[in-house]
Amino acid sequence: MGAISLRNIVKRYGTGPKANQVIHGVGAEIADGEFVVIVGPSGCGKSTLLRMVAGLEEISAGEIWIAGVKVNDKEPSERDIAMVFQNYALYPHMTVFDNMAYGLRIAKVPMSEIRTRVDQAAKILELGPFLARKPRELSGGQRQRVAMGRAIVRKPAVFLFDEPLSNLDAKLRAQTRLEIQKLHGELRTTSLFVTHDQVEAMTLAERMVVMNAGRIEQIGTPDEVYHRPATTFVAGFIGSPPMNLVLGEAKGASFQTGGQHLPLAAPAPRDGALVLGVRPEHVEIVEQAPGWPLRVQAIEMLGAERLIYGTLGETLFTVRLDATLAHPKIGDVVGLRADPAHLHWFDAATSARVEARPVATTAAP
Amino acid sequence: MVERRPLLTFLTHTVLLIGVAIVAFPVYLTFVASTHTAQDIVQAPMPIVPGDQFVHNYVAALTGSEKGAGSGAPVGRMMWVSLVSALVIAIGKIAISLLSAFAIVYFRFPFRMFFFWAIFITLMLPVEVRIFPTYKVISDLHMLNTYAGLTIPLIASATATFLFRQFFLTVPDELAEAARVDGAGPMRFFKDVLVPLSATSIAALFVIQFIYGWNQYLWPLLVTTEESMYPVVIGIKRMIAGGDAQNAWNLVMATAILAMLPPALVVVLMQKWFVKGLVDTEK
Repeated sequence: MGAISLRNIVKRYGTGPKANQVIHGVGAEIADGEFVVIVGPSGCGKSTLLRMVAGLEEISAGEIWIAGVKVNDKEPSERDIAMVFQNYALYPHMTVFDNMAYGLRIAKVPMSEIRTRVDQAAKILELGPFLARKPRELSGGQRQRVAMGRAIVRKPAVFLFDEPLSNLDAKLRAQTRLEIQKLHGELRTTSLFVTHDQVEAMTLAERMVVMNAGRIEQIGTPDEVYHRPATTFVAGFIGSPPMNLVLGEAKGASFQTGGQHLPLAAPAPRDGALVLGVRPEHVEIVEQAPGWPLRVQAIEMLGAERLIYGTLGETLFTVRLDATLAHPKIGDVVGLRADPAHLHWFDAATSARVEARPVATTAAP
Repeated sequence: MVERRPLLTFLTHTVLLIGVAIVAFPVYLTFVASTHTAQDIVQAPMPIVPGDQFVHNYVAALTGSEKGAGSGAPVGRMMWVSLVSALVIAIGKIAISLLSAFAIVYFRFPFRMFFFWAIFITLMLPVEVRIFPTYKVISDLHMLNTYAGLTIPLIASATATFLFRQFFLTVPDELAEAARVDGAGPMRFFKDVLVPLSATSIAALFVIQFIYGWNQYLWPLLVTTEESMYPVVIGIKRMIAGGDAQNAWNLVMATAILAMLPPALVVVLMQKWFVKGLVDTEK
């Protein structure tokens, strides 16, 4: 009932040859009740996409369907959606109750019904004691909850969240994240959540959409996106610190990069120009001789772990090391051994993922 | 200044007291003069304590029962004309400016910027500059000696439009978007969100425009020829006959005091709102 279908969505500003196209044919299917997070760096078009679903931006080409209805030409209020804005957009002169009730009043819902719905939402969000207050008398987290309450009382088919947590401090953000998760568990309303924060994306999403420069790079569960990134962009964007990406020339079981010869445990999926990807946590420091030589340039102590920054050939490379282990010193050259099961390969030209040979993955213990 | 020096405190208070005296003394003298008989006032030295003719003078002025050399029209009627004009001008200006600022800020229509600049440029053309063409139009429309003639030419206001435009620009776009998602149409958004948010600015403007309307002199002087349509400011002028005529100065002064009261009342009553409107914008 609350499924969203995006079909080849294009957004351009201006017309003619000078038009500035910001979204290039985006398509996605979101099932009823699903929690989907759109994540990407700033300027990738994720907010624009959300605003097009909300009806706040015109759609230049393509179709948006919500709950089985094509909504391209419908007003936001006719789309059966509710939106939570980044700065909450609460009406400053209205009380919390009026803020939540405003949409229902316009829809001419009877007063008794409004009262029950607002009370219900206030109970879920623990806003009961604040109903008579004005937004400016509330803390940031409370305002955020009022903004969600305003969305809940409408009982929409779809919730749209536009970076709703980015104005909160780190502690409150983590707490609100859990609350949103809990809320979605209770209401099971289809939700589309936009964020640039990959932690938010990974923790909240049932499926995530990774966007870059107006295109979708990958759609998948957080597990899929993390363990099998579809492109070098996704590999570099998701994960902190990001995946190490080394451009080089593969030939059988050897990889040539920046004058360095790196031995591989299993042959590369194919010969030729490839990008080798490996996450910092999937590398260990070994004897120098058979390992990949890493020249250590900086070390960061993060408590439970240590990040070792260095260069491998000419590429910057990061290693995550358990803080209890002995660590090298700056200027040392150490050997690295990458877990062969966790090597990722990407085409150097298209940056698309190249699947490892099945032998390689099964051979790894 | 946070300096705590007794001498400085004394000095600043002296300056302030002198300032107050300079402003307040003429007003006090006017009041004193309005409580004596006409003969007492013209004698030298003029009395500087209130006399016993207060009730008599004010009743005479308000009803126009006693004539001096000049016009003896009842001030009560003039106060009414002034009040109506000032209210119509203030409310009319605010209503029109709110709507035009709303149109300019929230709607995309052809020649939007042209209209904005057209309004903005009229800032440079106050009534005094366009007084003859305006007079011609009003007289051709047979609006002389009417409330419409007194008020309509003064209602259009670039200043207020500009002020509201600046205010609307500071209202976050998301508020308009949230209202759209809530299903509020443009006028509903205007009425339910923008106008309440502008309340303090509206109050400040009301004070300024009410006083502006009340103190109009040149324009009413041109368009009113009948005593029954004189605003009180014109009334005072008409009560004073030229030359050596025996003016009823006591009545003139009583009228002046009466004319000063409503603007003073508006300022005193709306002071809190007025200051709020000028200093903070509740967003």
